[in-house]
Amino acid sequence: MSSAPIRNEIRFLLNGREVTVRDVAPDATLLDWLRLDRSMRGTKEGCAEGDCGACTVLVGKLTAGGLVYESVNACIRFLGSLDGCHVVTIEHVQPVGGDLHPVQKAMIDFHGSQCGFCTPGFVMSLYGLWMKDANPSDATIEKALQGNLCRCTGYEAIMRAARAISDYGKGASDPLAVERAAVIEKLTKLRDGARVEVGSGKARLVVPADVDDFAAVLEAEPKATIVAGSTDVGLWVTKHMRDISPVVFIGHLEGLRRISEKDGVITIGAGVTYTEAFDLLSQRIPALGELINRIGGEQVRNMGTIGGNIANGSPIGDTPPPFIALGATLTLRKGAERRTIPLEEFFIAYGKQDRQPGEFVEAVHVPVPAKDSRFAVYKISKRRDEDITAALGAFHLTLAADGTVAQIRIAYGGMAATPKRAAAVEAVLTGKPWTEVTVEAALEAYAQDFTPLTDMRASAEYRMLAARNLLRRFFAETQGGSEPIQVSRHQAA
Amino acid sequence: MNKHSDLKAARIVGGVHSDQRHDSAHKHVAGTAVYIDDMPEPAGTLHAGLGLSTVAHGILKSVDLSSVRAAPGVVDVLTYEDVPGENDISPSGMHDDPVLAEGKVQFHGQPIFCVIAETREQARRAARLAKIEYEELDPIVHIWGLDPEKDKQVTTPLTLKRGDAAAAIAASPRRVKGSMKLGGQDHFYLEGQVALAVPGEDDEILVYSSTQGPSETQHMVAHALGVPSHAVTIEVRRMGGGFGGKETQANQCAAIAAIAAKKFKRAVKIRLDRDEDMTATGKRHDFVIDYEVGFDEEGHILGVDYMFALNAGFSADLSGPVGDRALFHCDNAYFYPAVHAKSAPLYTNTVSNTAFRGFGGPQGMVGCERVIEEVAFAVGKDPLEIRKLNFYDAMGVAGERNVTPYHQKVEDCIIQRIVAELEESADYAGRRRAIAEFNAKNRFIKRGIALTPVKFGISFTKTESNQAGALVHVYSDGSVHMNHGGTEMGQGLHLKVAQVVAEEFQIDLDRVKITATTTAKVPNTSPTAASSGADLNGMAAQNAARQIRKRLTDFAADRYQIPADQVVFLPNRVRVGNQEISFNDLVKQAYIARVQLSAAGHYKTPKIHWDRAKGRGHAFYYYAYGAACSEVSVDTLTGEYVVERTDILHDVGRSLNRAIDIGQVEGGFVQGMGWLTTEELVWDEKGRLRTHAPSTYKIPLASDRPKVFNVALTDWSEAYEPTIHRSKAVGEPPLPLGISVLQALSDAVASVADHKVCPRLDAPATPERVLMAIERLRAETADK
Repeated sequence: MSSAPIRNEIRFLLNGREVTVRDVAPDATLLDWLRLDRSMRGTKEGCAEGDCGACTVLVGKLTAGGLVYESVNACIRFLGSLDGCHVVTIEHVQPVGGDLHPVQKAMIDFHGSQCGFCTPGFVMSLYGLWMKDANPSDATIEKALQGNLCRCTGYEAIMRAARAISDYGKGASDPLAVERAAVIEKLTKLRDGARVEVGSGKARLVVPADVDDFAAVLEAEPKATIVAGSTDVGLWVTKHMRDISPVVFIGHLEGLRRISEKDGVITIGAGVTYTEAFDLLSQRIPALGELINRIGGEQVRNMGTIGGNIANGSPIGDTPPPFIALGATLTLRKGAERRTIPLEEFFIAYGKQDRQPGEFVEAVHVPVPAKDSRFAVYKISKRRDEDITAALGAFHLTLAADGTVAQIRIAYGGMAATPKRAAAVEAVLTGKPWTEVTVEAALEAYAQDFTPLTDMRASAEYRMLAARNLLRRFFAETQGGSEPIQVSRHQAA
Repeated sequence: MNKHSDLKAARIVGGVHSDQRHDSAHKHVAGTAVYIDDMPEPAGTLHAGLGLSTVAHGILKSVDLSSVRAAPGVVDVLTYEDVPGENDISPSGMHDDPVLAEGKVQFHGQPIFCVIAETREQARRAARLAKIEYEELDPIVHIWGLDPEKDKQVTTPLTLKRGDAAAAIAASPRRVKGSMKLGGQDHFYLEGQVALAVPGEDDEILVYSSTQGPSETQHMVAHALGVPSHAVTIEVRRMGGGFGGKETQANQCAAIAAIAAKKFKRAVKIRLDRDEDMTATGKRHDFVIDYEVGFDEEGHILGVDYMFALNAGFSADLSGPVGDRALFHCDNAYFYPAVHAKSAPLYTNTVSNTAFRGFGGPQGMVGCERVIEEVAFAVGKDPLEIRKLNFYDAMGVAGERNVTPYHQKVEDCIIQRIVAELEESADYAGRRRAIAEFNAKNRFIKRGIALTPVKFGISFTKTESNQAGALVHVYSDGSVHMNHGGTEMGQGLHLKVAQVVAEEFQIDLDRVKITATTTAKVPNTSPTAASSGADLNGMAAQNAARQIRKRLTDFAADRYQIPADQVVFLPNRVRVGNQEISFNDLVKQAYIARVQLSAAGHYKTPKIHWDRAKGRGHAFYYYAYGAACSEVSVDTLTGEYVVERTDILHDVGRSLNRAIDIGQVEGGFVQGMGWLTTEELVWDEKGRLRTHAPSTYKIPLASDRPKVFNVALTDWSEAYEPTIHRSKAVGEPPLPLGISVLQALSDAVASVADHKVCPRLDAPATPERVLMAIERLRAETADK
């Protein structure tokens, strides 16, 4: 058993003050707590599923790189996961006794609000962006706003405001800049190395002290709901009203939040968020960087973890197919025991994964493709950004010296009950010359690999057609030339 | 704070024709603007949660609510039996819209019961515990496959005809017949439906409702409670978006909250979860549009016949008038020498569809523009050429081509100039050539461009709705309190009306207080709809202000013994003969002299009349015009696309506030584009809406707006009729500018078959529909 001391309350900073919550349900959301318990009603509920951004707040946390603030969706963020964090709401943006913040001034002057209901969320997202990048490009602004819906303005006025923020000065009185040292000190003090346990029975939550403590907790309570980013589990509560107790929050565990490369393999801890993984992945495997930017909105990427994307076993998770195509492996841990399996073997059937009671996903290991190989991943969705995949294809090709296919690994999402390799297609292609004739001949084999469904995102017919065409696209892209093959919103950097 | 106004100013701050920021902008960005769910609840407030039907069509065999009642925090459960008055909130008077289902359910998601609990969470959880047995009946889920002549309709259809369309088509050198499916649209206002009811003494009740139609909500609540309207007060300071979705759809929540509040003598709040809101409240109507057109080799339309079948859902709601407005806009900006057009508001077992920005007009125009495309492909011309050939006569031209299908003469047509200017500024011809070159060189990506016009009729077709009231008080310190019947949903209505009042008194805008809309101050108001808000309420407020100004003028003339024409209202002051007195001082003097400083204003739109049975009349006071040119790139392997550029030139007459109007044009365009591209409502075969949240229903993002987006207003135009300061309505007319994107996608698709085949691209043109259209065209040309 872990020897961590036990604390029975959640402690965090809310705007300018420290709060302690003793009576917190495992499924209590930050948004409801703010609006109902604290009567702080500047933060709005638009959808209660992390898709509209009206509830955007900033959460500051101490990381290896210092104090970092990120936008999150308060509607699906559980209160229990905020232990040791700094929660910043719209009420705290305006400097104390001062004028409006540059973000707010720009939004007013450029007519960035109409009905105003989404506006606090936009202000918070733009605030989060401004702290990182005071002179963002349009592409950067659009990325920061992927998780914020506005139904009135058509966004043009908000974009004008966003471009102009830095014209309003550096925000010397920006509250988070002014308080920074004090906040770091307070957050450091809050770190007591304790395990947090609150409640009992159907209302129990645990915040383990560290990874070993987590392993111990899970062994003792194998049926506990593991919550990392809560971008999925949040909806179990807000939409399906499922009881999720006992809950173990793991998003804060430093031991799961490491991403590093060794011997050509990138190891991503299960608690690494999309945002945290972006830098290394986009640098080493650029196609994954582009893909990550199309997963959820900024708030979801700041919360959601790659480990969670894998562990929940969804057939439309975006990271498993490219990882499978790259030959990734997965490390699972139970207590002190670890095992490592090929990622594709983790997905057994719809809703069924190779994870034993008490076991958890610890890390995924992704080989960086060799220089002489080609790797691509293509996501198709109804709306380009912040949408769930209709079909996603990942391709990893190595050619032999004679131009034949030495090896090709192809995996799809959205085409079967699990992320799945196109084994028959791969078989047809392997050993053949990498030519249009070969590719066209391989298209037949898709029928052996996949029998997709029709649902609200796409028909079976479209999924099949698009899936095949993605192989055509991949082939075309391997042929070079200057002809555009995909539509793009922004010129590649 | 009593700010000192500038008494030497040449102009007031914030009069008409000046760019003013939204009056609540500061509160929006600070998070201090109060929406209904943000108001502090009265002590003891209860919360309501709905129990929704889980089948689309069925008889309620048994409704066992014992587990619901036993759930933690539950105070009671209401069913139709608890409705003290009429269990009906039908805005059409058809008695087909129950507050809570009685005996049967007619769509999946229909409210059957309502849980009243101590917390919203408890109410929502308890609502899931009901045990309801249905005798399921076959649902009608879609309108395709229905016969618009024979199948059940929810209300009387409309026919418009002028000339003998059948004969004209038969006699035409060329003819095309076709059909189009056009999807509906969820409003996706960011603030969902919400109401807070506070019981008063006797039969009184105050309901804070996020409603576009406070008077209608008042009448419905009174009807459901079985009390006179005078017992019910509805108040709304602002909505977090409306778009038509809170014209009638707010009534159900208001009625339920009011019934519960009266029953338990406690305040009751109901706020729908997003999924419930999307499942249980009405949307833009989806249509099937059948058309036949006769034309000559040049592309002149000679005769056209339309059937507009619309999915009304299970009840009439506003489907009759929505179908009417589709017919009113089946001409868009074009003259039809002979026309026959019919609506068919069809019954289905889906939610009852309702008003949505444009109110059927955009659907009429989409059908019309499909016809233009058909003619263009048939004669081998650019669709823009066909458009220009068929426009109504320009204003001032003494021609014959100026009569609409409803026999109204178009007197103010400026579409020629708008289109000509836009063609030039957007370099349509040059880009058309560049696109042809690009498409010839590229196999995978195809580009397309389209320039489409808009002509939108302004007035309610329900004549009595074309009136408005306002209440203006001038307090003895010279500050002004303004109230009117219109509601604020983000469109800047209150600001525009305040600018009108400031202008009348010649005082700075900050001297005019904007106040919440309430049925207790201005009665019998029309819903803020049909783009009419500023036109009607601006006039009514102007009328009220003028009454007071007249009294001040008469008072000053009398007091200072000068003719009334020597009393002149200057910025923040009044010149009385040879001296200038501050407005505040004059007001003070008038008060002391016992002059009435409050007035109720009223306005009714002149000229308009409409005989529905005959299909004739002067249905619209005037028209608003605009045009958009959009260019797209389409991936022919997947159907994915981006909007490369959109240029818009739009007519708002003499703008009251350009900043606000440009926001309406940009927002309207993007909303229209979303409707026709990524916003897809999907019902399964059991009648369940599968796209009931933003995770599955995709409205545009910042990254979906055109990469280049140029919006301009026609600075040279002014309303032909004496509207409020010669401005024009701006709420709805920009929405159909989004049709340019659908048509540009169609143009790109057509390029795969060398523009020989009309793509007949249905909407919403999701990547899937685009790819399937490409595949169809490729297959068709391969066969030849």
